[in-house]
Amino acid sequence: MPDSKAPDFKTEVRLRLARLNLEPTREAAIVEEMAQHLEQRYDDLITAGATPAAAREAMLRELSEGSQLEKDLLRVEQQTPLEPALPDSPSLSGILARLSRDFRYALRVLRLNPGFSTIAILSLALGIGANTSIFQLLDAVTLRSLPVKDPDELMLVRVPNAKGRSGVSTGNAPMFSNPIWEQIRDNQQAFSGMATWNSSGFNMANGGRVRGARGLFVNGDFFNTLGVRPLLGRVFSSADDRRGCGLPGAVISYGFWQKEFGGKEAAVGSKLTVEGHPVEVIGITPPGFYGLEVGRSYDVAVPLCSEALVDGEYSILDRRDGWWLATIGRLKPGWSIAKATAQLEAISPAVFSATLPASYQPRQAKQFLAWKMAAQPAGTGLSNLRRAYEDPLWILLAIAGTVLLIACANLANLMFARANAREREIAVRLALGASRMRLMQQLLLESLLLSGVGAIAGILLAQVLTRVLVSFLGTQFGSVSLNLALDWRVLGFTGMVAIMTCLFFGLMPAIKSTATPPIVAMKAGSRGLTAGRERFGIRRILVVVQVAMSMVLLVGAFLFVRSFQNLVNLDAGLRQTGILVSNFDFTQINIPLAERNNFKQGLADRLQALPGVESAAAVQVVPFSGNGWNEDVHFDNAGQDVHEIVNFNRVGPGFFRTMETALVRGRDFGPENTLNSPAVAIVNESFVRKVLKDAEPLGKIFRVEEGAGKPGTPYQIIGMVKDTKYYDMREDFSPIAYLARSQDKKPDGVASVVLRSDLSVESLISSVERTVAEVNPAIGIQFSVFQNQIRDTMQRERLMASLSGFFGLLAGLLSTIGLYGVISYMVARRRNEIGIRMALGADRGRVLALIMREAAILLAIGLAVGTALSLVSTRAAASLLFGLKPRDPLTLALAALALAMVAAGASYLPAFRAARIHPTEALREE
Amino acid sequence: MPKPTLDRELKKGSAELLILSLVQDRQRHGYEISKLIESRSEGALRFNVASLYPMLYRLEKRGLIQGRWVDKAGQRRRRYYRITATGKKILLAQRSHWQAFVAAINQIAGIENA
Repeated sequence: MPDSKAPDFKTEVRLRLARLNLEPTREAAIVEEMAQHLEQRYDDLITAGATPAAAREAMLRELSEGSQLEKDLLRVEQQTPLEPALPDSPSLSGILARLSRDFRYALRVLRLNPGFSTIAILSLALGIGANTSIFQLLDAVTLRSLPVKDPDELMLVRVPNAKGRSGVSTGNAPMFSNPIWEQIRDNQQAFSGMATWNSSGFNMANGGRVRGARGLFVNGDFFNTLGVRPLLGRVFSSADDRRGCGLPGAVISYGFWQKEFGGKEAAVGSKLTVEGHPVEVIGITPPGFYGLEVGRSYDVAVPLCSEALVDGEYSILDRRDGWWLATIGRLKPGWSIAKATAQLEAISPAVFSATLPASYQPRQAKQFLAWKMAAQPAGTGLSNLRRAYEDPLWILLAIAGTVLLIACANLANLMFARANAREREIAVRLALGASRMRLMQQLLLESLLLSGVGAIAGILLAQVLTRVLVSFLGTQFGSVSLNLALDWRVLGFTGMVAIMTCLFFGLMPAIKSTATPPIVAMKAGSRGLTAGRERFGIRRILVVVQVAMSMVLLVGAFLFVRSFQNLVNLDAGLRQTGILVSNFDFTQINIPLAERNNFKQGLADRLQALPGVESAAAVQVVPFSGNGWNEDVHFDNAGQDVHEIVNFNRVGPGFFRTMETALVRGRDFGPENTLNSPAVAIVNESFVRKVLKDAEPLGKIFRVEEGAGKPGTPYQIIGMVKDTKYYDMREDFSPIAYLARSQDKKPDGVASVVLRSDLSVESLISSVERTVAEVNPAIGIQFSVFQNQIRDTMQRERLMASLSGFFGLLAGLLSTIGLYGVISYMVARRRNEIGIRMALGADRGRVLALIMREAAILLAIGLAVGTALSLVSTRAAASLLFGLKPRDPLTLALAALALAMVAAGASYLPAFRAARIHPTEALREE
Repeated sequence: MPKPTLDRELKKGSAELLILSLVQDRQRHGYEISKLIESRSEGALRFNVASLYPMLYRLEKRGLIQGRWVDKAGQRRRRYYRITATGKKILLAQRSHWQAFVAAINQIAGIENA
C-alpha cells in the first residue's frame, strides 16, 4: 500500500499565512482548521483511488488557487485591530508582546528567503569575524591587564633619558644592571614591593640537542609583589636573594607543569636541569599567570642570584655595564604616579653615581650620571610584541572595518532590492493603518536578527582566525602565547559592530521603503517607462562608496605586498638559501681557555669535511639572529680623528666563501693569523666609506675604544668585502668589521658554524649531530635554517602583506558584486525604455554604450574619491613600508587599473544582456 | 449532460447564501460544508480551501455565523459553525432576493418558459 500518511499540511498553510503577521493564537487556530480540512480531503481522495502524489498535488493547488488566500484573509482579519497596545500608550507588556511578535515575524521572513538570508549571514559572519579576530589580538596584545592582583597599582621604573649606554645587554627588556637594581631597591620609598626580572632561554638538556625552556630570573619578592600565590609548594621570598645562592630552587608555570610533569603533585621536590645544573622544583604558579611580558610566557623561574651559577664565567650579575633587568613596583597606598616619579628622580643621582661603569669615558659618564628615573603605569605588562604589532594591528582593524562596510553596502543594496519586492506588502500594511515607525521597527528587527546571527557566527569564526593570526607571529624558536579568552571588551566590540552594521545596511532601506506613499507603491510596477530615479540614486551612491573604499584597500594591499616583495628581493649581500646554522654549547665540558680557539676551529673543520657539505665556517654573530656586537672605532685620518659606531663580527676562514659574500680586495683570514701575530681585520664597503673616508683600506690601522684611559687595540685591515645586512633586511648597510676567529683572546664556550650544502636539512642535521656526538656527547646543539631566520625578521611585513592582500581582494570582489547588482538592476528596471529605444532604431552598440557609460560614470567617481582617500589614509602606513612611499604613483595606478578592469567586466555582462533585449518582447511584457 | 461551471463572481455572490443555508438547521464543520456544496450541486459548485475559510471567517466577523471548537471523545477537536439570530434574518432576506433575482433572469432569458 502506498504511503497513506498525509503530508504536513500545517506547514503549507502556515507558510501562506506568514506575511499576515496574525496573532499567534489566531494563526494557530486557522492553521489547525484548514489543515484538518486538507487532511480529510486528502484521505478521501486516496480512498477514491488517487495516488498520494496526485492527491497532494491537488491539495496544494487548492490551497494556492488564484493566490487569494492571503489577500482574502488579510481583508477579513484586519477588520479589527489586533495590536494589544496602542502606539501612544506603550505598556511594557505591550511592547514585549509586539517585540516578540515582530521577532517571530522577522524569523519567518528570513526563513522564507533562504538564499538572501544565507548570503547576508555569511558575509556578515566573515566581516564581523575578521574584525573580531583582529580586535581580539589587539585586546590580548595591548589592552588586557596583567593576570595579577590589582594590576593598576603596578608601575614600571624606567629611564626616559637613558643615553650613552654601552656594554652587554640581554633579555627582552634590558633596562638596568643588577647593581642599579640593588640601589633602587634599597633607596626607593614609593613602592610597597618591587618585582625585577630578566627573561632568558634555559637549556634543559644534558648535552645533545638543546631542549629550550623559557626561563626567568626573578628577585625574591617577585611573586609576592605581584600577588601570585603558589598553586602547589612555595614561591621565592626575599630570603632567597643572597649572593652565591647557587640554584636554591625553581618555580615552574602551570603550563610547564602540565607539559613536563603531566600535572602530577610529585613534581614539587623533583629535579630539573638548567644549563647543566640540577635544580629542585619548589613550587607551581596558578594557570592564569604567565609573567609580566605579554606574548611570552615563562616555563621556569629561578632567583636573580642564580644567574652567577647558570651563566658561569659569562655572568653579568655584578657587571655595572651588564644590562638585563626590568623592574616594576607596586605603588604604596596614597602615592600617585607623579609623587613616585618625583621620589625616583630625587634618588637618581645617588643611584647612578654609585653604579657608574668604570670603563665609561668622561663624555659617556656625564650622560650616564644625568639619567633620571620615572614611574609609568604597567598594568598591561611589557611587550615587544606590542611595540612591533600595535600599529599594524590598528591598521589591519581599520582595513577589516572597511571591508565590513563594503559588505554592508552590498547588503543594503540587497535590502533595497528586497524592499522593492515587498513594496506592495508594505504599502498594503501602511494603507491598513500600520504606523511607519512600527513598520520600520519591524524591518530593522529583521536586519538586527541578521547581524545578530552573523555576529555569533563571526565570534566563532574569529576563534579560528585569531589562532591562525597568532601562529603568524611565532618564529622558529618559539610560538607566541597570548591569552585569547573572550572578555567583555571583545564581546562588547563585536556587539557594537553588529549593531552598527545592522544600522548601516538596514536603516536606509527601512526608511526609504516606508517613505513611499502606499498609492504610489501600489501603482508602481504596473507600468512605467524609466525607473524611479530617487531610490536608485542611493544605490548608485552606495556603489560609488564601495568602489572608493575598495580602491583605498587595494592601494593599501599593493603597498604592503610590494613593500614585502622589495624586502624579499633585496640583495642582502649574502646567500640566503641552503645554509644551516648550527649553534654549539660546550660550556659543560670545561675546555681550558687556551684550547678553545683550536677546539672551535677543529669543530668547523670536521663539519667542513662532512660529505655533501660544500663549505663551513665558524662565526660569532650569525647575521639576522637578533644578536649583535658593536664597538666605538677610532681612525686617524691624516691627523683627524674619526669616531664611528661599527658592528663587529668574529669569523673563521671560509666564512665569506660559505655565505657567498664577495671579497673585493685583499685576502681572507688564514692559519697565519694567530694569537701571537698582529691583530687583523676585514671590513666592508660601508666601513671604508664612513670610517676610512674612501681611503685605500689595505694596510690601514683602526683602533677599538676599550674604556677610559686605556689605549685602544689596533687592527690592521687585510681585506674588504661587499656590504651585507647585519640585523635585518630593513636596515641600511652599515660599517662592519670582521675579526679573525683565531685571534680571539677570550674565546667563550659557545660556537656557531654556518654550513652550505645541497643536502636536505634533516640528513644534514643528523650527520652534524653524529659528528658532534663523536667529539663529545655533552655538547649542546641547536639548529636553525638561515632562510627561516631571515624570514622571522620579516614577520610583520609578511603579516601585513598577506592580510591586506586578502582583504584587498575581498573588497574588490565585494564591490564588483555590488556594481554588477546595481547595473543588472538598472537594466531590469529600464527594460521598457531600452525596448522603446531599440524599437526607435537604437542599435545594440548604442544600448551597450548606454549601460557601460552608466557603469563608467559610477566607477570614475568611485576611483576619484578612492584616490583622494588613499592619498590621505595611506600615510598612516608610512612607517611600515619599505622601499616605496605611501603616495607611490605606480601603486595608485595599479590599484585603479585593477579595479577598473574587474568592474568593467562586471558591468559588461548586464550591459550585454540589455543589448540583446528584443524590443517587442520588452514592450509586450507586463 | 454537461454541467455548467459557474464562474468565480457568480460563486462569490451566492456563497454566503449557500453557507448560511447549510448551517441553518444544524452546526457543521468546514469540510462538511464544502462536501455538501459539491455533492448537492452534483459537482457544479466547489469551493477550495483558499476561498472557503476566508468566507467563513468573514461571515463570523459579521456575526452571521458562530464557530466554536468542539471536542469529541477519541477524535481531534473540530470547529463547528452554527447560524446566529442575525444570520437567520439575513438568510431569509437573501433567499427572497435570490429568488427574485433568479425569477427576473428567467423572465428575461426565458429559460423556463421558452
